[in-house]
Amino acid sequence: METFVETKVKTNTRNMQKRIIEIEDLKRSFVMGNEVVHALKGISFDIKEGEFVTIMGSSGSGKSTMLNILGCLDKPSAGDYGLDGMLTNEMSKNQLAKIRNHKIGFIFQSYNLLARTTALENVELPLMYNSSVSSTERKESAISALNKVGLQERMYHTPAQLSGGQQQRVAIARALVNNPVVILADEATGNLDTRTSYEIMALFQDLNRQGKTIVFVTHEPDIAEFSQRTIVLKDGKIIKDALNSNVKDASEMLSLLPKEDHETE
Amino acid sequence: MKLFNLLKIAWKAIILNKVRTFLTMLGIVIGVASVIAMLAIGEGSSQSIKSQIAKMGSNMITIRPGSEMRGGVRMDPGQMQTLTLKDFQNLKDNSTLLTYLTPMVEGSGQSINGTNNWPTSIYGVLPDYLAVKSWEVKTGSIFTEAEVKAAAKVVVLGQTVVDNLFSEGVDPIGKVIRFNNIPMKVIGVLTKKGENTFGQDQDNVIIAPYTTVQKRILAIDYLHSISASALSEEQAQDAVEEITSILRSSHQIGPNDEDDFNVFSMEELVSMFSSTNDILTILLVAIAGISLLVGGIGIMNIMYVSVKERTREIGLRMAVGGQGRDILTQFLIEAVMISISGGLLGVLLGLAASFFIENILSWPTVITSYSVVISFVVCAVTGIFFGWYPAKKAAALDPITALRYE
Ligand SMILES: Nc1ncnc2c1ncn2[C@@H]1O[C@H](COP(=O)(O)OP(=O)(O)O)[C@@H](O)[C@H]1O
Ligand SMILES: [Mg+2]
Repeated sequence: METFVETKVKTNTRNMQKRIIEIEDLKRSFVMGNEVVHALKGISFDIKEGEFVTIMGSSGSGKSTMLNILGCLDKPSAGDYGLDGMLTNEMSKNQLAKIRNHKIGFIFQSYNLLARTTALENVELPLMYNSSVSSTERKESAISALNKVGLQERMYHTPAQLSGGQQQRVAIARALVNNPVVILADEATGNLDTRTSYEIMALFQDLNRQGKTIVFVTHEPDIAEFSQRTIVLKDGKIIKDALNSNVKDASEMLSLLPKEDHETE
Repeated sequence: MKLFNLLKIAWKAIILNKVRTFLTMLGIVIGVASVIAMLAIGEGSSQSIKSQIAKMGSNMITIRPGSEMRGGVRMDPGQMQTLTLKDFQNLKDNSTLLTYLTPMVEGSGQSINGTNNWPTSIYGVLPDYLAVKSWEVKTGSIFTEAEVKAAAKVVVLGQTVVDNLFSEGVDPIGKVIRFNNIPMKVIGVLTKKGENTFGQDQDNVIIAPYTTVQKRILAIDYLHSISASALSEEQAQDAVEEITSILRSSHQIGPNDEDDFNVFSMEELVSMFSSTNDILTILLVAIAGISLLVGGIGIMNIMYVSVKERTREIGLRMAVGGQGRDILTQFLIEAVMISISGGLLGVLLGLAASFFIENILSWPTVITSYSVVISFVVCAVTGIFFGWYPAKKAAALDPITALRYE
């Protein structure tokens, strides 16, 4: 009998494009006292290498629950989840920690940076838990990640000395530093104003052009327009999964914004 | 390699959260220091009481008249005249377990020198009295046997009497004072002894030959008491029995009759004090135990609260790939560093406090090694345990639960 992953691997070779994320009939329910909340009611989709996908839906539709499972921060109640050719269902806590450390870059709405810790040290953090990375390699990788998000000048600043947009860039650099197979972002622009959001989206588009696979959760339709594909959730089910025919360019949109809207950071 | 990273992370966490580190350490420092100081005070007091008792002469025996029933009325021992010089001579000739022996008569009255006068007690004794009490003459000398025989009007003064009768710098030796209007020549001054354990001034005393006090001051022919020293502390009880049997036979007391005298040994006083001292020690150990417990609860609270506060941090560390045991190791390293250094600081502070109490407040302290070891170990172990335990619980959470922790 073929396992789910083996079947998918065959499909992969047939389609000649690697599938990074493969989920099949994914369910997640929460028990609250004697009530059961079904946050995800059977979700299946694949995400191929190099895709930029947004997951849309109104508040409470299950987007975060979905992304947390993709990020191995949470486990599904039922269904299969394959990441980069590995089935995660039966993995132990420690194996999942390794997966998060080596294959996933997760970005939170509230940045989740360590307070009173420099940008550089925040970005270095994932590599602190990887014993195969030396301290010099760690520092080099962190500096290069900070370069990619345009914060090389702010390396030694602590979160309190940085604007919201800059803090989110530090968080993005932290998600990039381990060279993950997929970047997962949960409402990464949720706390930012329009201009800063567009700047962050331009950065994501840039990273995507360089080959990064990105899954981006948002409830704002204009943000979704920057991705190639949009999956829409409603009450824990997919109601739409379509390619975006008219992908907008975030840097172009930025230049169209009225000048007075500009905020210095 | 990874352990080195974790050490680095733990060290960062300690120095980045100075207030938290300080508060946690403070609990440990105070806990350890107060226990050490408390037990040092307890031990110091207990040892000083013991040495004071030893100084009082623990082989001293006192014989007083007493317990005689006259027509069903118990007599006031002070008024009884059953103890005489014959008894003293009898004991001197027949006892085998006594070294020093002296009869004693006591009176009180005004001592006067010029315009100075001072109320005090006068003890009429033999020179042996000094040996019995372990007292010493500082200047001058004690009276001689001949002066005793002659009932000479000579006295040896305690320092308090000297201070009250003579102005500073005046040598009292050779001067004549009046006691109850009888002129007496000062021939010696006793070494200052200070207050005894009961707070009595031991220097407010005049010593004179017992013959002088008997004949010239009190005009009596019996004795108030007889003081003696047993050969050794261990033989004190046997000596008491020997005295009892000698006096019973010479007083011709029948086998069913009560003694008409009382024999006390210092032994009894010592054992009474030891039991008081045991109670004191138990009390101090209890207080130390309670402060250790309170300190421990303080440490526990701060550690527990700080780990709870840091649950989101723990969530983040797990989200970027930290494993449960990495988190636990980090918190354990933090707790060990804080607890050990806090414990050491506490020991230093405890020693300093004891030194201060001894030298500035003049209260005797003795630092015992067990108080240092126990308080350090208890506080360090409490600190480490309560740094580790909540971290263990937090590290067992799903990363997302920890991250969402409010
Ligand atoms: N830890 C949890 N315990 C109980 N219910 C939860 C939990 N997380 C999410 N839910 C529920 O699951 C549903 C989906 O939540 P979520 O995935 O956060 O939605 P979204 O991110 O789309 O706003 C909501 O009804 C929410 O109340
Ligand atoms: Mg959400």
